[in-house]
Parts: sequence; structure tokens; C-alpha cells
Amino acid sequence: MNHCEHCGIEFEGKSYSKEEKLFCCNGCLTVYEILHDHDLAAYYKLNSRPGIKPQEQEGKYAFLAEKSIVSTLLEFESEEMNVVNLYIPSIHCSSCIWVLENLQKMHQGILVSQVNFPKKTTRITYNPEKIDLKTVAEVLSNLAYDPYISLDDQVKGEQSFSRRLLYQVSIAAFAFGNVMLLSFPEYFQVDEYWLDKYKFVFRYLMLFMSLPVVFYSAQDYFKSAYSGLKHKILNIDVPISLGILVLFIRSVIEVVFDLGSGFFDSLTGLVFFLLLGKVFQQKTYDYLSFERDYKSYFPIAVCFLDKDGKEGSKPVSELKIGDRIIIRNEELLPADGVLIKGDALIDYSFVTGESLPVNKSSGDKLFAGGKQKGRALTVEVTSSVDNSYLTRLWSNDVFDKSKTKGIKGITDRIAQRFTIAVLTIAFLGGLYWAFYDWEIAINVVSAVLIIACPCALALSAPFALGNSLRILGTQGIYLKNTNVLERLSGLSYIVFDKTGTITSSDHNSFRFSEGRGLNADEQWLIYNLIRESNHPLSRKLKSQLEDQLEATQATFELLDFAEHVGLGLEGRVNGHFVRIGSAQYLGLDAHKAKGSKVHIEIDGTYLGFFVLRNSFRDGLSQLIKDLKDYKIGLISGDGPSEKYTLKKIFPKGSDLKFKQSPEDKLHFIKKLQLKEEHVMMMGDGLNDAGALAQADVGMAISEDVNVFSPACDGIISAKKFNLLPNMIVLAKKSMQTVRWSFVLSLTYNSIGLAFALSNNLTPVVAAILMPLSSISVVFFVTVLTSYFSKSLKINR
Amino acid sequence: MEVIYITIGVSILVALIFFFFFLKSVRTGQYDDTHTPAVRILFDDELVKDETSKTKIQS
Repeated sequence: MNHCEHCGIEFEGKSYSKEEKLFCCNGCLTVYEILHDHDLAAYYKLNSRPGIKPQEQEGKYAFLAEKSIVSTLLEFESEEMNVVNLYIPSIHCSSCIWVLENLQKMHQGILVSQVNFPKKTTRITYNPEKIDLKTVAEVLSNLAYDPYISLDDQVKGEQSFSRRLLYQVSIAAFAFGNVMLLSFPEYFQVDEYWLDKYKFVFRYLMLFMSLPVVFYSAQDYFKSAYSGLKHKILNIDVPISLGILVLFIRSVIEVVFDLGSGFFDSLTGLVFFLLLGKVFQQKTYDYLSFERDYKSYFPIAVCFLDKDGKEGSKPVSELKIGDRIIIRNEELLPADGVLIKGDALIDYSFVTGESLPVNKSSGDKLFAGGKQKGRALTVEVTSSVDNSYLTRLWSNDVFDKSKTKGIKGITDRIAQRFTIAVLTIAFLGGLYWAFYDWEIAINVVSAVLIIACPCALALSAPFALGNSLRILGTQGIYLKNTNVLERLSGLSYIVFDKTGTITSSDHNSFRFSEGRGLNADEQWLIYNLIRESNHPLSRKLKSQLEDQLEATQATFELLDFAEHVGLGLEGRVNGHFVRIGSAQYLGLDAHKAKGSKVHIEIDGTYLGFFVLRNSFRDGLSQLIKDLKDYKIGLISGDGPSEKYTLKKIFPKGSDLKFKQSPEDKLHFIKKLQLKEEHVMMMGDGLNDAGALAQADVGMAISEDVNVFSPACDGIISAKKFNLLPNMIVLAKKSMQTVRWSFVLSLTYNSIGLAFALSNNLTPVVAAILMPLSSISVVFFVTVLTSYFSKSLKINR
Repeated sequence: MEVIYITIGVSILVALIFFFFFLKSVRTGQYDDTHTPAVRILFDDELVKDETSKTKIQS
């Protein structure tokens, strides 16, 4: 067993070598040579075998020659300098950063390049007089760092929200620290002459520092409370805003009328802690996107044939009915069309979930989203991009709705009762004291509103759920936000897609059926013939026979080889006449044609067929057993050929549906929800996109999380499929933790209320009690959720 | 004790200077990517080593 020096893949047999180093393929060797020629050999010193196996794809970036397309991609454009920010999914290690930041050694025209590792992007500055974007893309592609340019890139996003939050937190932190220092002298209540003389300086400084905190840092709470009240909802931000406002107003009055030192330290501390919770909750996976629609999958432009048969590029959005386009190997068909010329072998795995490519001949209808495997095709477009079979799904209004709208989080639910209770207590307390002294009554009412400000309450959910989110993230389960955890804890129904979700395309294998089986000699004959074919089934069978026979190269002479596209192949191997192909090709009964079969005939005798079987993911039946508390369903785009096997795995009474279109899937989920079920959908392809969006929780499963997955609430790495039940349990436990912490923070509030109602709330008490309650609640929930994740074997 | 005006003023001024530079660093995007620079800083040595070994061969 050898490891490729470039990409690290284990391989056997034929190798390419240079300077005593072995490579698995010519592509890897070429990349190695390019890097050596440009003094970039340190690439291999930083990490061992850091490379990516290159994939040849001619004409992939041809559309970048078109000026109008290029300018939509550029961030900055001038005559001597262009800046482009390219998304490169294969960035994965420090060697990648190093080589991509030394691109200027590869080509003079490239001036600077800078990698953003978490986002997997590279910002390249180049001189358009010396190099064009197409060549830049090809330079990257030659190193196997293919930039991914899709229709989505043309819509430029605005500056991120996180910077604003950073400003808000830093201002609050600055004010909190300084106000605390300034308020310190008065806490000791020493009657010193100088302190009495200068206290105005201290107090007014604190007042000025709290101004930006209240009016800039805390403004989101006021806005949220206002919009909540406008919709007659008492969310958690209502008591928070009330607390902040009362704190500020009372403090200002105290300072201005020389009544006391005010609560500025509590005020700034409160805002600081609250914002800290927001930061903690905001866990983003920069390189993952949960909002993708078909646009991120589709190319920007396609190769277009004009009336004279000349090739050019045309933006996908401008494709019209009747246009003729060329689809090359591995390219995606952006619109429905009719095949004009070429041997189509279309992989619809993207659309239907069906893993095997299908043959089409000229005149056949092709659907958008299919990927060509093989030589270039000419296709006549029959619908625009927005109106094709696949993309019509996105016109469903489910994609416009936000799932969080209308659903109140646990914090907001408790806030409703909390606010009413606090207002009642404040009113009753004020009423009681009003009999004795008006001034005290006002003091008590404001003190109640201050101390009841639910800082700890507001912090417990962000920290508990944020911590769980982070822990799941380290384990290959990436959830969109903390709200998904809340919805996960209330599930009642789980629906699976079949192909690609509970089956794994990596593990499917051929099994020989019928007849007496094949002996080794016959397998050798088949192997020698089939290695000449490029059909995906042939290649798959070839690699499987290679493993079985431990073969590395052809052993027999092959004569009279012929490949009939879409049918099969034949040839004389070692004197035996071997024919391999479809049932139709070998003249067999029609009933044998079903499924993905490869029929074998040697010297005129039919021997049987290989059948391709999807294998279920490891541990599937255990997983279904672990989910026994939930109702389970299955919706598949495939035919019911595996219904019997599936029935054994799934519990009795499960709804198993086959031959479902993307719309059917969406409606299935909708129907369940009408029956008051809380549904989780597990899917993988674009064909599940509607169902994923409709479900309460849509989880996409992905073999490689860097590759694209449809819009969803969470992405789970295929390797971590088995953690699914534990994920749901962790979500439940986290919510339990939040509820317990509510009890804790309400206890603190009661203690504070006792101080407030007895008119004993001095600034010192508030300054101690408020941070203490917040910090202890945060500590409590963080420790508890970490403990739960450990006991569920989800740990770092 | 009038000196307290000066000391407080100076302390706040110093704090504000640091705060200003922090805001400036956020504005220029230093906090947009906190991972890559940490890796990048380790690269210089590799490059230098490579160049020196090359000049040796030439001389």
C-alpha cells in the first residue's frame, strides 16, 4: 500500500514517481511539478500530503472570458487592478493558506492574494492587463484549488452583522469598567472632605459614560420591545428595556438633584452581560450556509451556440426558450431542455436522489439539475431557468416564510408571565408605601423594576443552548441557531428521505445473481473487457472486480472491442467472446431490465447479472430503535424495490412512501403538521429542499459538509449519522437545564425584591446582586449542558 | 487635591485612546477573520529557508 505524496490517498498498483516520491495519478504529479517549478515546494513541508486530487475539466471557466460576467463578480475594478473574492471549498489546512497566499509566484499578473480560512475564500488582486479572471481561475484549478463560482455570487451580501455587535459590546465593556472604578470611592461611604467635594465629578463622568451604553449598545432591546408591544406580545425584551430605562432615569434624577450616586455601574454591567449572552449565542459556521437555494448550485453562464454554430458564453439568467447550449462533462444543466446531439448520461442524484445516471438519446427531454457524465452535449432549452421542473419548487411560499416567526422561544413565554407579575408587585408595593410616604413609594416602585430586570433569565437560554450548539458543532452536527434546539426538543414525528440519507452511495456494491455464479477465470475475462469502458457502471464494476481479483492491469489480449453507447460492450478476450450490457442489448426478457443491472454473456451463454444495491448506513436499524418514542416516516423519490427490506427496519405502522416528487414530499410534511405533529425531516438533495423548508426542523445530511447542501436548519455530517438520537436528547436536556436555571434566577429575583420592597436597595446591593445572579446562572447552565453532552457521549 | 482633576482626566484619556484604537481595528476588519492571521504568522520562516537554499545552488 502506497500513499500519494500529494493527496495522501492510499493506492495500489500503477504509480507515477518523481524524485523517489510516489503519486497516485498524473494529476497529482503535475501539481507537484508545478509547485516545484515555482519555488513553492514548502507546501509539502508544512503538512504531510496536503494536496487535493485534481479533476480535469476542460472549458470549465470558459464563461469567465465574457467581460459582462466578470464585472458582476469583481469587488473592485480599474484599469490596472481588479479585486475578486473567490470561494474555494477545498481549502482545508495551513499549506492551503500558504500556497494560495503565494500565488504571485505562479503568475506575474497576480499581485496579492489573501485567504480567509474560516470562510474558505481567497481575495485576489490582479492586473487585468497581464492576466484575466479566466486565467486566474485556471491557475487555481491547476493546483486543484478550483474556485466555485455560482449564480449566487452575483448577489453581493452586505457587511456582516457581527461587527455591529462587537462595537456594542466593546462600548458597554469600556463604560462598565470605567464606571465601576469611578463609583468605587462612594461605596465605602467615608466622610472625607475631598470625596464630598469632588463627588460631582465622579457622578457626572459616570452619567456621560452611560449615555452611549443606553442609546447605542442597548438600542436593539428597545427596538425589539417596541415591535413586540406593537404586536401585543410581551417578549423578554420588554422587562429588560423597562429595567434599563428605569435604571437610567432614576440614576440621572439622583445625580442631577444630588440625591445619591445612581446605579450607573449596575446599568452598564447589565447591558454588558446581556450583550455578552448575544455574542455567545451567535455561533456561526462561516463556511456553511443554511440558506442556499438552487442558485448556489447553478453555474453563472453556459456555453452557448449562436445561429452560425459559433460558441460563446451566455449568462444563465438570460437563457431563452429555443437557445442551444453545450453541456460538458460534469456540468450542470441549468434549464429544462431537449437533447439535440451527443450521448447523454445524466446524473440526477441532485434532483431526485437517485444515485445512478440514466442514458438519454437525442430527442429526449432533459430536466434542469441533471449533471452530464461523459462527452459534451448540445441541448435546446425549452424553459427559462426560473420555470424549470426543479426551480419551480422554489416559487412555493414555504421558502419565503421564516420558521422562527410566530413561534415564541421559551424565554419569551416565561417573560410574559414574569412581566405581569413584576408590574403587579411594583404596583402593590408602591400602593403600600404610598400610605406612609410618597417619596419612598416612588423609590420602591423604581427599585422593584430595577432589581426585577431579568438579566439572569435572559442569559440562561443563550448560554445553555449556545453551549450545546457549540458542542454539537465540534461533533459534526451544525445547527443554524439556538432556536433549532428548542424546536428539536418538541418533536413528535421524524421523516427520512431514502437515497443518500439512510443509504450511503459510498457503500453500494454489485452482487451477482442468478445461475451458478462466476468463477475466477470468468471474472478475469469480464475485468479485461470492462476496463476499456468509461460508463459509470463499468467503472464501478471494474473497481470492485479489481478488489476481488487483486488485479492491477490487463492480463489478456482484447480484440474486436466495441462499445454501444447506452447498451453495452463486447469483445474477444483470450479467445472468448464476451458481451456485457443491458437486458435489451443481450436480447433478454423485458422483466429482467428493471433496476441497475449489468448482464453477462460469455461465448453465447447467458450467465446472469450483477445488480447494484444501495447499502444502508451502518447502525440504521439501531438508530430507528433508539427513536422508538417518535413516529417514523419515509419518503423516497425512488421506486418501491426495497420496500420489503425497509419494512423490516422501520417499526410497524410507519408511513413508507415511494415515487414522491419534490412537491409530494413538501405536501406530505404539510399534512402531518396539520395533524398537529412536530416534524423533523432528514434529507440530502435538492429534491428534499421543499420538505426541509416545510418541516419544523429540516436536517440535511452530507458526506462532506463543505460540499453544498440545500437550505435547512442544520447539517449533519454523514459520519455522525448515529448521533442523531443523542442530538435530540441533548436538545431536550438543554431545555430542561434552561427551565431549572429559571428557578434559580427567580430565586435571586425574590431576594432582590425583598430588598426593593423594604426600601433597602442601595446601589451597592444592586451592584453585587445583579452580576452575581447573572454569573452564577451562566456558570450553572454551562456546566450542566457540558455534563449532559458528556454523559450522552457527545463531547469535545 | 485639585490634582484629582488631572489624574482622572489623564486616566480616562488613556483609556479612550486605547478604545479608539480598538474600534479602529474592528473597522479595518481585523476581527473579521481571527484564524488565518494566526496561521500566517508562522509562514515567513519557510519562505526564507526556501529562498536561501536556492541562492546557494546558484552561487
